[in-house]
Amino acid sequence: MNIPGWFLDPAHWTGADSIPVQVGYHLLYSGIALLIALAIAVPLGVYIGYTGRGELLVAGAANALRALPTFGLLVLVVMLVAPHIGSRLAFVGPTIVVLVLLAVPPILSGTVAGIQGADPGAVGAARATGYTRPQILWHVQVPCALPLFLSGVRNATLQIVSTATVAAYVSLNGLGRYIIDGRASSDYTQMAAGAILVAIVALVLELGFLGLGRVIVSPGLTRAAAPTFRRNRTARPGPASAVGPVSPATPVSPSSPREATS
Amino acid sequence: MIGDWFASNAARIGELTAWHAALSVIPTVLGLVIAVPLAWWASRSARIYPLVVGASGLLYTVPSIALFVLLPQVLGTKILDPLNVVVALTLYSVALLVRVVADGLASVPHDTVQAATAMGYRPWQRLLLVELPVAVPAIGGGLRVAVVSNVSIVTMAALLGIPQLGSLFTEGFSLRLTLPIVVGILLCLVLSVVLDVLVHAGTRALTPWQQKLETA
Repeated sequence: MNIPGWFLDPAHWTGADSIPVQVGYHLLYSGIALLIALAIAVPLGVYIGYTGRGELLVAGAANALRALPTFGLLVLVVMLVAPHIGSRLAFVGPTIVVLVLLAVPPILSGTVAGIQGADPGAVGAARATGYTRPQILWHVQVPCALPLFLSGVRNATLQIVSTATVAAYVSLNGLGRYIIDGRASSDYTQMAAGAILVAIVALVLELGFLGLGRVIVSPGLTRAAAPTFRRNRTARPGPASAVGPVSPATPVSPSSPREATS
Repeated sequence: MIGDWFASNAARIGELTAWHAALSVIPTVLGLVIAVPLAWWASRSARIYPLVVGASGLLYTVPSIALFVLLPQVLGTKILDPLNVVVALTLYSVALLVRVVADGLASVPHDTVQAATAMGYRPWQRLLLVELPVAVPAIGGGLRVAVVSNVSIVTMAALLGIPQLGSLFTEGFSLRLTLPIVVGILLCLVLSVVLDVLVHAGTRALTPWQQKLETA
């Protein structure tokens, strides 16, 4: 077993199934699926969050997805659809459909929860300043929804990247090839290398999303979240009392006006 | 034909279901046992909390199939050893539960904690007898998510040949039979609903005061 040796072998860096090509395939399929899922889930999520219609549907879809074995769904859809498509795309098409299906619920619930969870104080203030309802939606609720929306997209991406790996079983290209082909030929080194590559891709994407969140989410929103934690901590004896001289009897800046009045 | 398939495979399906249940439940329980002290530690320190939550978030990022393949390297097990699945899912459960439990403990009202301190509870007594019981509904919610996700993730282990309900997917695919795949999916769904209901019932049994509030 020589995993570093596998990575250093020049044969794995050039040619038709080299590492860059398979990473490229993996990102290509994942990217296509994510874009389609965004195109479906964002308008739908904004609509549901704005009108409040169909919320149960969103919660139901998110729960059902968690229980549904994605691998089984993938195998089933490919088996039912592939025979009707004659080309090499026979496996790509159904796989992307499944990836989209898996990515829509997290984006949808993130968008809806974000829009509905917008600080009522901010919404009220906007209304008092004379904002129309569409203006409140686009200038207040949507920016406030960004953190939850992004975390929904992050979950969806994770789900897609992970399932795209498994899709190598139904002969899709991508990093799963190394794992599945390695298993078929009992080449554990190749399997482990594939697993490391998939983990790296997933971690890089995750860190990318965290960075993106820092850049595009309004700093006012992230600051509001912090004191809630501090307030809870400072009341206890122990190391936490070193955090700050805040008295537990006077909570600092409650994160929402509802808390302040209750 | 469907009846024939069931008749000739009933014993094996039962066996696969039992394996599947064990591979989903054991990691969830182990995950909870590990997550509680970790979360308690995190909930007491503003410096540890973001560290623990961040680390568990990154751990959750690693796709399950990658973890199944890499763990034998770390544990020195064989690739077909179900222990790999148990360890991988325990890690996921810890990652998911540590945040839920820490937030649950943090949401215990101050008055309650202070009252317990004033009554002379030691910190560990306060944790076991006051803070954890009050946090049970939150922890139960996290536990439901963990066990249901585990039922779904276990199926991935079929790619490596570890027997559980996911094996029906690979068998169906190689034999070009839809029936085993559909049966596998349905049994997974049934199993996750059953486990979800059990955790929910357990949560309610541990928090009798909540029912009184609901019926009052």
